[in-house]
Amino acid sequence: MIALLVRDLRLALRAGGGFGLGLGFFLILAVLVPLGVGPDPQVLGLIAPGILWIGALLACLLSLDRIFALDFEDGSLDLLATSPIPLEGVVAIKALAHWITTGLPLALAAPVLALLLNLPGPGFLTLVLSLLLGTPALSMIGAFGAALTVGLKRGGLLVSLLVLPLYVPTLVFGAQAVVRAAQGLDPATPLVLMTGITAGSVALLPFAAAFALRINLR
Amino acid sequence: MGSIWEYANPVKFMKLSDWLMPLSALLAAGAIATGLIWGFFLTPDDFRQGSTVKIIFLHVPSALMAINAWAMMLVASLVWLIRRHHVSALAARAAAPVGAVMTLIALFTGAVWGQPMWGTWWAWDPRLTSFLILFLFYLGYIALWSAIEDPDTAADLTAVLCLVGSVFAVLSRYAALFWNQGLHQGASLSVAPGTRMDMTYKLPLYISMTGFGLLFLALVLAGTRTQIRARRARALLARERARA
Amino acid sequence: MMPDLGAYAGPVLLAYGVSLGLLVALVLWVWLAGRRTQRDLAALEARLNRRENATD
Repeated sequence: MIALLVRDLRLALRAGGGFGLGLGFFLILAVLVPLGVGPDPQVLGLIAPGILWIGALLACLLSLDRIFALDFEDGSLDLLATSPIPLEGVVAIKALAHWITTGLPLALAAPVLALLLNLPGPGFLTLVLSLLLGTPALSMIGAFGAALTVGLKRGGLLVSLLVLPLYVPTLVFGAQAVVRAAQGLDPATPLVLMTGITAGSVALLPFAAAFALRINLR
Repeated sequence: MGSIWEYANPVKFMKLSDWLMPLSALLAAGAIATGLIWGFFLTPDDFRQGSTVKIIFLHVPSALMAINAWAMMLVASLVWLIRRHHVSALAARAAAPVGAVMTLIALFTGAVWGQPMWGTWWAWDPRLTSFLILFLFYLGYIALWSAIEDPDTAADLTAVLCLVGSVFAVLSRYAALFWNQGLHQGASLSVAPGTRMDMTYKLPLYISMTGFGLLFLALVLAGTRTQIRARRARALLARERARA
Repeated sequence: MMPDLGAYAGPVLLAYGVSLGLLVALVLWVWLAGRRTQRDLAALEARLNRRENATD
C-alpha cells in the first residue's frame, strides 16, 4: 500500500502531474477576488474565510479526474482491482495522495493568502486547522465522484456538478469556523462538526467509491 | 392479492399502471383543482401576511413532494441494489424530473411568498437554501443517468449516488440551519406558518397536498412505463443487430 | 369573481401563474415523451414482425 502511495505521489509531482496547479489556482483566486470586489480592507476581511474555503474547494476539484482516470485508461486500475490490496484500500490511498498534493499544500499556503485578503488575526490558526481537517473530506468525496464518472470521456464538468453539492456541509462548517474565530468567537462547534464529516467520509466513502469502480470496471 | 413484488415484473407493472395511472391522474386533477380553487377564491386573507397566505396551497404541497420524491428515489435505489428489479431502477429515474420540478415550484413560491415581507426576491433563509441544494442534487442525479450509456451501469451508479447524496442532503439541511443562525436578523425568516392554522386553511391545504401526491404517482407511473418501453425497444434493436 | 388580493396581487398571481405553468409543462413533457416512446416501440415491433413473417 505504501508503494502505491509513493507511486501516485511521484506521478503527481512529475511535470504535468498537476501538483502546482492547485496552488497556482488558489493564488490567482486570491488576486482576482479583490480585483472583482474592490480593495476595501474591511470588506475583504469579512469575506476572506469564504473566499479561501471556496478557493480550496475549487482547487481540489481541478485535479479530481486524475485520481482514477489515468489508471483506468491504461488498464492499471484493472490490475489494482485484482491485486491483494482491497479496492477500498486503493481508493483510500489514492484519496490520500490527492490530499497530500492538493489539500495539504493549500492548508499550509492559506495564511499567506489570508494576509492578502486581510483576514483578522484571530482567524489564522482556525483557518489552517479547518483546512487541514476539512480538505481530506474534499479529497475523499472527490474520489467518490471520480469513481462514479471514471468511465466517461469528458466527465470533468459532471464530476463538479455531482461533487459540489456534497461539499456543502464541509464548506459551511469550515468557513463558519473561520468566520467565528475571526470575530473573536469560539469556533469549536463548527470545527468539530466539520471534522466529524471528514471522519465519516474517510471511513465510509471508500466503500461507495470501490463499489462504483467495480461497476465501471465490469 | 399477492405481494407487492409481483409488480417488479414489467408485464404485471404495465397491466397495473394501465388503469392506475389514468385513475390517479384524474383524481390528481380533481384534488388539485379543488384545493387550489378553494384556496385561491374562498379563503380569507391573513391579518399579517395579507393575500400572500394563499401561496401556501402551492408551496407546502410542492415542498412536501420535493422531499418525498427523493425519499422514494432512495427506497427505489435500495430495492434495485438489493433485489435487482429493473422496474425499481426505472421508477427512480422517472421520479427525478418530477421531484426536480416540485423543488423548483417550492423554491419559486417560497421566494415570492417572502418577497413582501423581506423586501428582496431571494433570501438565504435556511429552508429555501436547503431546497436550492436539493435541486442541485436532483440535477446531478439526472445528469448522471444521461451521461452513462449502459443502462445497468447507469442504474447502479445513480443508485449509489442517490444513497450517498441522501446522507449529504440531510447533513446540508443541518449545515444550512447552522449557517443562518448566526445572522443578526433576529427572528426566523422562515415562511413556515408559526401561526396556528385553522380549518379554513387546513382543509384546502390537505386537499391540495393529496392532489400533488396523486400527481406525483401518476407522473412516475407514466414515466416508468416510458422507461420500460424504451428498454424493450433497446433490447429489440440489439437483438435485430445481432441477427443481421 | 377575482378576490381582492390587495397589495399582494402581484406576488400571488406570479406564484400561481409560474407554478401552474411549471406543472403543465411537466405533465406535457411526461405525456409527450411517453407517446413518442410508445410510437417508436410499436413501429419497431411492427417492422420486426414483418421481417420475421417475410422470412417464413
